[in-house]
Amino acid sequence: MKGNELLKINNLHTGFRIKDTFYDAVDGVSLTVKKNEILAIVGESGCGKSTLATSVIGLYDQNKTRVQGEILFDNKNLAALSEEQMNDIRGFQISMIFQDPLSALNPLMRIGEQIEEGLVYHTTLKQTERESRVLELLQQVGIRNPERVAKQFPHQLSGGMRQRVIIAIAIACKPQIIIADEPTTALDVTIQAQILDLLIDLQAETEAGIILITHDLGVVAEVADRVAVMYAGEIIEEAAVEELFANPKHPYTRSLFNSIPQMNSQSDRLNVIEGIVPSLMNLPRSGCRFSSRIPWIPGEAHEENPTLHEISPGHFVRCTCWKEFHFKTDKGGGTHELYANK
Amino acid sequence: MSFMQINDLKVHYPVRGGFFNTVIDQVLAVDGITMEFERGKAYGLVGESGCGKSTTGKALIGLEKITSGSIIYEGENVTNKRRNRKSSFNRDVQMIFQDAHSSLNPRKRVRDIIAEPIRNFLNLTPKEEERKISELLEIVGMPEDAKLKYPHEFSGGQKQRLGIARAIATNPKLIIADEPVSALDLSVQAQVLNFMKDIQNEFGLSYLFISHDLGVVKHMCDHISIMYKGRFVETGTKADIYTNPQHIYTKRLLSAIPEVSPVGRENRKRERIRVEQNYQAEHKNYFDENERVFDLLQVSNTHYVASTSQVKGVL
Ligand SMILES: Nc1ncnc2c1ncn2[C@@H]1O[C@H](COP(=O)(O)OP(=O)(O)O)[C@@H](O)[C@H]1O
Ligand SMILES: Nc1ncnc2c1ncn2[C@@H]1O[C@H](COP(=O)(O)OP(=O)(O)O)[C@@H](O)[C@H]1O
Ligand SMILES: [Mg+2]
Ligand SMILES: [Mg+2]
Repeated sequence: MKGNELLKINNLHTGFRIKDTFYDAVDGVSLTVKKNEILAIVGESGCGKSTLATSVIGLYDQNKTRVQGEILFDNKNLAALSEEQMNDIRGFQISMIFQDPLSALNPLMRIGEQIEEGLVYHTTLKQTERESRVLELLQQVGIRNPERVAKQFPHQLSGGMRQRVIIAIAIACKPQIIIADEPTTALDVTIQAQILDLLIDLQAETEAGIILITHDLGVVAEVADRVAVMYAGEIIEEAAVEELFANPKHPYTRSLFNSIPQMNSQSDRLNVIEGIVPSLMNLPRSGCRFSSRIPWIPGEAHEENPTLHEISPGHFVRCTCWKEFHFKTDKGGGTHELYANK
Repeated sequence: MSFMQINDLKVHYPVRGGFFNTVIDQVLAVDGITMEFERGKAYGLVGESGCGKSTTGKALIGLEKITSGSIIYEGENVTNKRRNRKSSFNRDVQMIFQDAHSSLNPRKRVRDIIAEPIRNFLNLTPKEEERKISELLEIVGMPEDAKLKYPHEFSGGQKQRLGIARAIATNPKLIIADEPVSALDLSVQAQVLNFMKDIQNEFGLSYLFISHDLGVVKHMCDHISIMYKGRFVETGTKADIYTNPQHIYTKRLLSAIPEVSPVGRENRKRERIRVEQNYQAEHKNYFDENERVFDLLQVSNTHYVASTSQVKGVL
C-alpha cells in the first residue's frame, strides 16, 4: 500500500446464505481509504452499503455469511482474521458509528462507563487517567457539561446528544479508521448539521480516514472528499466529490441526481427510475446490472462484462452505457376517467 | 376562498403519574394554531420530530380529541364531531400515513382495503365498486391483479401508492399526508411525489403535506408553516419562507439543510455558525421565558412571524 493509504479492499465478495446458497450482497468491491479523508459510500437501500461496512469491521454471523477477497489494513488481511483477532482491532484501530444511537448504547450503563469500556479493553491507562479522558472526549464532541452527562443514562439524553456520545466512544482510542453507517439518518436536520460539522472537525484533528455511508447526496456534498456510488452490490462510479457532482456520468448516478427535490430547482417533475431494485436472490449477476432500469438504451451500449473505466484521473465509471445514455422524456399523468366523471 | 378554517386549535395530552395516577401535567402537543385551506393548494407543515405535526394531522381528521379551538368545514363547525358515514367532512378529508405498512391491514386483500372508504361513504353496487377499485389501481399505477394480493406482497413504494388509492377513493377535497415519502428511497419518493402532483392538478385536490424535509416541502407546497413545540413560528408563501425567512428558528432550519453541491460548503459551514450565534443572541425576542413561541405577527399580506413587536420588520 502507498504511504497515505490506510485500508485497501480488493475484490470483496460478501454473501449471505439463503437456504443452501450464498448470494453476494457485496459483489466484487475494491476501494481504498486514505489517511485524512472522508470517503462517502452512497446508494439506495439494499445496495450493500451496510454489508460492506460490517465486512470490514467483522461484525457478521460467521455461519451465515461468506466473506471473500482482501481487506488489507496494517499489514493484515482482515477478511482472514479470527473473531478474537478482530476484537483487538475493532474499537481500537477501526471503530464504527451506527445509525441508531439508542440501540448502540447499553440502557443500563452510565454514559461515562460506556466510553471508558474501550479504554479499559484497549489501553493501559489507569482509572483516574481514564476518567479524565472520558471527560475530555465528551468535551471534544461538543457536550458542554461533561461531568453531569458522564453520570447519566442513555434515555436521559436527546437523540443528538446520544449520537455525540457514540462518536466519543468511536474516537476514544484514536482509531485510524472510522466507519459511520448513516450516522445522521435518524436525526433532525439541525442536529444532523451539527453532527456532520463535528465529524468534519474531528476528522481534521485526528487525521483519521472516515468511511461515511449514506443514502443522502446532500450529506455527501457537505462532507465527503471522495464518493463511491453503489448499485446492486457493485461500485458503479467513483470520483472526487467536486468531480462527481459536476460531471456525474453513470446513468444511475445521473438518475439519482434528477430525482432529488432540490431547494433551488424550479422543475415541477422529478425523475423516476423505472422498475425496482432487484432483491438479493434476483440480482442480475452478469452484464450491466442497471440495464433493466434503462430499457430504452440499446443493448449494444452496454459492455458484456462491465468493468470500472478511469475516464479522467481519479474518475471511474462502470460499463460503457454512460456514453449513450439520455433521459427518457416523462409525459406526466393523463386525465383519469374516475375524477372527470365527478 | 377557503373551504376549511382551523382556529386556535389545541390538543393537550394529560400526563398521569403519582400514587393516585392523577393528571400531573399536560403535553401541549398542539398549542394554538390557526390556518385555512383553499381548493387546489398544497400546505406544508414542517418541524423537527415531536413538534406536533402528526397530532395536528390526526386532530384535523378527527382521530385525536381537540382540547379547544375549532374546525369549520364549508361553514359548519365539525370540531370533535364523531366520524360517521353521513358526514361530508369525513368523506372529503382523508389521510395518508408515513408507515404505509402498518396503516394497511395485513389480513385484508388489497381489494377490501381500498373498498373500505367506498363502502363507508359511497352507495355503489358490487359491480360499480369493482370498477371503481380497478380505476383507482390504474390511477396509482398498479396492475389489476393487485386486487387479490395482500399488503406484504408489495414494496414500500407500492404500499404507499395503495394508501393513496384508498385515500382518494371517495374523491376527497383535502388529503392530509403525514410524511408520505419519508420511508422511501429517492427514486420511489420521486414517483410518489410526481403522482401526488398529478392528481392534485387534475382534480383540484388540496394537501396538508407534513414533512421534516424542507426540500420535499418546497417542491410540493404553495404555503408553508414552520412548527415548534406545538405552535407556528412562521407561516407564509414558499417565497416568504425560503427567500425571506424572518424567525431565528426558520433561519436555523434552512441553514442546516444540506445542499446537493459541494461548491461553497465551507462558507455554508461558517454561515451555520453565524446563524447559531444569532439564534442564541436573539432568543428572547422569539420565545418567552418558558420557551413558548410568541403569537404570530403580520409582516406582509401573506407572511406571519412569531416574535415580540420589538423585532424590526413587523407591520
Ligand atoms: N443477514 C442478512 N441475511 C440475508 N440477506 C441480507 C442480510 N443482510 C442484508 N441482506 C441483504 O443484502 C442486501 C444488502 O443489504 P445492506 O447491506 O443492508 O444494504 P444497504 O445498507 O445498502 O441498505 C439486501 O438485499 C439485503 O436484503
Ligand atoms: N397519545 C399521546 N399521549 C401523550 N403524548 C403524546 C401522544 N401523542 C403524541 N404525544 C406527544 O405530543 C408531542 C407531539 O407529537 P407528534 O404530533 O407525534 O409530533 P411530530 O409528528 O411532529 O413528530 C410529542 O411530545 C409527543 O411525545
Ligand atoms: Mg444500511
Ligand atoms: Mg409525526
